[in-house]
Amino acid sequence: MNGLARERGRQAPYGRAVAAQANVSGANVKPDSGRAAGAKTAGDGRPIVELRDVHQAFGHLEVLKGITFSVPKGGVVCIIGPSGSGKSTLLRCINGLVPIRSGSIRVADFDVHELVTDREKIALRKEVSMVFQQYNLFPHRTALDNVMMAPIHVLNEPRDEVRERALALLAKVGLASKRDAYPGELSGGQQQRVAIARALAMRPEVMLFDEVTAALDPETVKEVLNTIRQLAREGMTCILVTHEMRFAREIADCVLFTDGGTIVESGPPAELFDRPQKERTRAFLSQIL
Amino acid sequence: MKPAGASVLPVLLPMRVQGVARSLRLSGGHGFALVAVFVLACSVAQAQTRPGEPSILETIWKWTPLLARGFVFNLAISFLAMAIGTLAGLFLGYAQISLLPAVAKTAKFVTHFFRNAPWLVLLFYCMFLLPFQVTLFGATIPIPDWTKATLGLALPVMANVSEIVRGAIQSIPTTQWEAAASLAFNRRQTMWMIIFPQCIKRMLPPWMNLYSILTMATVLASIVGVNEMMTLTQRALSAENRPGLLLAFYSYVLLWFFVYCYPIARWTVRLEARYAVNE
Repeated sequence: MNGLARERGRQAPYGRAVAAQANVSGANVKPDSGRAAGAKTAGDGRPIVELRDVHQAFGHLEVLKGITFSVPKGGVVCIIGPSGSGKSTLLRCINGLVPIRSGSIRVADFDVHELVTDREKIALRKEVSMVFQQYNLFPHRTALDNVMMAPIHVLNEPRDEVRERALALLAKVGLASKRDAYPGELSGGQQQRVAIARALAMRPEVMLFDEVTAALDPETVKEVLNTIRQLAREGMTCILVTHEMRFAREIADCVLFTDGGTIVESGPPAELFDRPQKERTRAFLSQIL
Repeated sequence: MKPAGASVLPVLLPMRVQGVARSLRLSGGHGFALVAVFVLACSVAQAQTRPGEPSILETIWKWTPLLARGFVFNLAISFLAMAIGTLAGLFLGYAQISLLPAVAKTAKFVTHFFRNAPWLVLLFYCMFLLPFQVTLFGATIPIPDWTKATLGLALPVMANVSEIVRGAIQSIPTTQWEAAASLAFNRRQTMWMIIFPQCIKRMLPPWMNLYSILTMATVLASIVGVNEMMTLTQRALSAENRPGLLLAFYSYVLLWFFVYCYPIARWTVRLEARYAVNE
């Protein structure tokens, strides 16, 4: 614990720069306190992710035209919709990879739309992990290293502790035996599960999944979906962009149908899938189901 | 059960451009051609030998220790110029992708200036613009010619390494930057832990190529009077003052460089092939 305190101490300039987040990043040291902090947020009755009238554009191309929704702590939201409707951009806005034009995004204690410096964005990204369609593992490091790198170098946690946790996470996604394999030696499904373990190793408050099964064959899709299902059951807040309608129906608390940069319709999966109100939603679903 | 004909399915295989790439490289054929020219030149010179003079091969053998000493000097210059150029080039290449526009622009300008300047002109500049000696704290330190030549050759190497570094860094998919950012790595950590380690593999073949080119360019130093192999060859020739020796001696020098550069070229080809498969 002494060593831990020293590690924290070295990070002091960070802590001072974003004083408001000190307790949250501190929560990363012990899982229990992390959960406690999260529970408190939920206790306030405030959603952990909240978007209000978010607009985003690349040049003249408007990608998001006023997106508003919120996710409570532990909630699972699935975003569906045709390609090019701004789903991936929306996720990237939530963890600050893409800046927004107007509106507000609040995640945990962060006003994402007001984060300017790298340092502030880094503090946010410690709480929000993301899994990508193309896995994006670091090809020059083994599976275990991929999972361990960020907690060691970003959170400055002791290596032994991180290693133990990383091994547990790899076991959890069913890849304990592949810990010394390089990404190039793993199948797509295995790489994606390593990517999920890597994201989880940061002990985030929110997980973002960007079409994580789109590049996989139908059999390996199942492995990955099982992993996500387990996470959702354990109470992780998840926002998924997905084309897996059946999975969305099963797992989501709320489904958003987006098209042309707006949310056309949203609601519990049973309602949205079985009794869509809007013509556009019906057209989209009839193409897919 | 796998069907027996599974391997002959009519699938479009990736196109191989290896044949083209290989033809641009130093190959064993070049070596044979060179040996042939050397033998031919020796025979011609031998035919012109007057009675009483030692044979051509004897003459070449007599001068070989001196030429070898010159060649070692060439290698020393190439090592030093490569080391200095690489070190400076790493910084310059890194500066080229700096987020500060002023730094990036300056680095780009310097890179392109030295990359597009003729090597010989840079060499002359260094030879004649740098002082022959410097006086530091009352002590006069002479600057030998070869250090100035080394610096002159290090400049274009620096510019080329700078481009190799920039190219390698920019060839890493942006998704790697995105993944690192989403894991809360800062820019410096991303660069040193994630991007740069992946670049080394990509930089090695062009870097070795550059070294071969530099080694062959070290003979330029003879023009500015450094005592390397080429200069010594000229001295040997004027000392012998025999007709026909010229071609024999110069093809002999070529052979030396070929023997040194050929393994490097082969090794580069092998590395390129290996990394292309593992990518």
